[in-house]
Amino acid sequence: MTSVMVSRLRQKQIAQLISSGKRLDGRGLTDYRPIQIETGIIERAEGSARVLLGKTEVMVGVKIEVGEPFADRPNEGVLTVNTELVPLASPTFEAGPPGEESMELARVVDRGVRESKAIDLEKLCIIQGKKAWVVFVDVYVLNHDGNLIDASALAALAALMNTKVFKHEVKDDEVVIKPGFIKLPIVNYPVEVTFADINGRLVVDPWLDEEEVMDARLTMAFDKDSRLCAMQKGGTGTLSPQQILEAASVAEKKAEELRKLVVKS
Amino acid sequence: MTEKPTLVSEKGLRTDGRKANELRPLKLEVGILSNADGSAYIEQGKNKILAAVYGPREVHPRHLALPERALLRCRYHMAPFSVQERKSPAPSRREVELSKVIRQALEPAIFLDKFPRTSIDLFIEVLQADGGTRCAGVTIASLALADAGIPMRDLVASCAAGKADGQLILDLNDAEDKEGEADVPLALMPNSNAVALLQMDGLLTIGEFDQVMQLALDGCKRIYAQQKEALKAKYLAIKEEAEEAEEE
Repeated sequence: MTSVMVSRLRQKQIAQLISSGKRLDGRGLTDYRPIQIETGIIERAEGSARVLLGKTEVMVGVKIEVGEPFADRPNEGVLTVNTELVPLASPTFEAGPPGEESMELARVVDRGVRESKAIDLEKLCIIQGKKAWVVFVDVYVLNHDGNLIDASALAALAALMNTKVFKHEVKDDEVVIKPGFIKLPIVNYPVEVTFADINGRLVVDPWLDEEEVMDARLTMAFDKDSRLCAMQKGGTGTLSPQQILEAASVAEKKAEELRKLVVKS
Repeated sequence: MTEKPTLVSEKGLRTDGRKANELRPLKLEVGILSNADGSAYIEQGKNKILAAVYGPREVHPRHLALPERALLRCRYHMAPFSVQERKSPAPSRREVELSKVIRQALEPAIFLDKFPRTSIDLFIEVLQADGGTRCAGVTIASLALADAGIPMRDLVASCAAGKADGQLILDLNDAEDKEGEADVPLALMPNSNAVALLQMDGLLTIGEFDQVMQLALDGCKRIYAQQKEALKAKYLAIKEEAEEAEEE
């Protein structure tokens, strides 16, 4: 993405520092920025969370509604992930239908949750083939300072873990909502770790200025058993197979650290 | 829910009779659309996909033009009749995402700075889908770019590998893509051993991923050899035509 212009001088400075193993903001190459996670902040939503990753801020609200299961998955509830790059979050975001960047973000977050089978969707089927709970995960980017993928994935997981589903009963093929809630059945904890390739070196959790300089981006999602569950290369540069394998071993450890932050909260 | 079909038999053969590391039959043709500046066609298994390149040409709308390089645009699109259940012709979120990753897989191969203030527009139409369409799309898009005479660092070859019924397999077909355990689409610029596209869904240990990546890299190299043949074939045909004309 080319969004906020970073001066040539600054670009050069960032790249040179990284070549010598340092970063402009003082972090090590595999350090995340400070992370804060809050959950249950939107009472109207069935689940919610806010993640601060340095100055990047993402809110996720989860809404649960009765809907229809997919025809090819009649026994399962439905997961949909949507992202909004809200115009107040960056001078480069515009109101209007979602663009390429926002759709990619949604699909990469979705892939981590879906492929790790984080939600036990079979428990969300109400009447086979007819009624099921639909889980709407809406990712709201409130301030963009780079690495929206990891922040969004963290916020989505935190919000899902905080989500409650309405108690209900089935009367004559109709779903009747009853007072009270049960917890959304979460059985896996996927987190995503993103790298930027700058001058051939990989750095974890790029901030916006680094994203401006990066050649390629690589995201790896890991589930609770340290299995890879999603991957996405972005940017217009390339990576060597060597770099990809190195990234995987770093990301595995980083994923573990991130997961502890969410599972604790 | 219906039972999951067997994808790899006890003898290690797949639904279409292939071995684990075997590619599907591949047919590549270059220069088949007369209006386009460059074009290519692929049949890979039941995949039938067309790619066309227009440009470098004037950018519309003009304000998108870049002062220092060409603007590369890519549209990956599936025909409504290309899949079992009719697909709405409006671009889906999947198609928007794939257009982006395909564009970013090709961009490193093209000398875009040779054509400032122009656009290179790339269109990929999936006429029939059989798994691995984004990879097949990259494979022929790079052929179409070469056919258009656009200077490139290398061709980009692309192929997926993954896991089905516990076996690591190359070049997933539709059933393996949908019912298998993991899918890793990858694109390679073989000359520099540079990975230009990498995605994954499903579940793999790091060790399995390493093996799957090696499978896919190997598949890309084999496809690369066929890409070069397909490019040559076009010019050999022209040469033969010219020679025949001379004889007359």
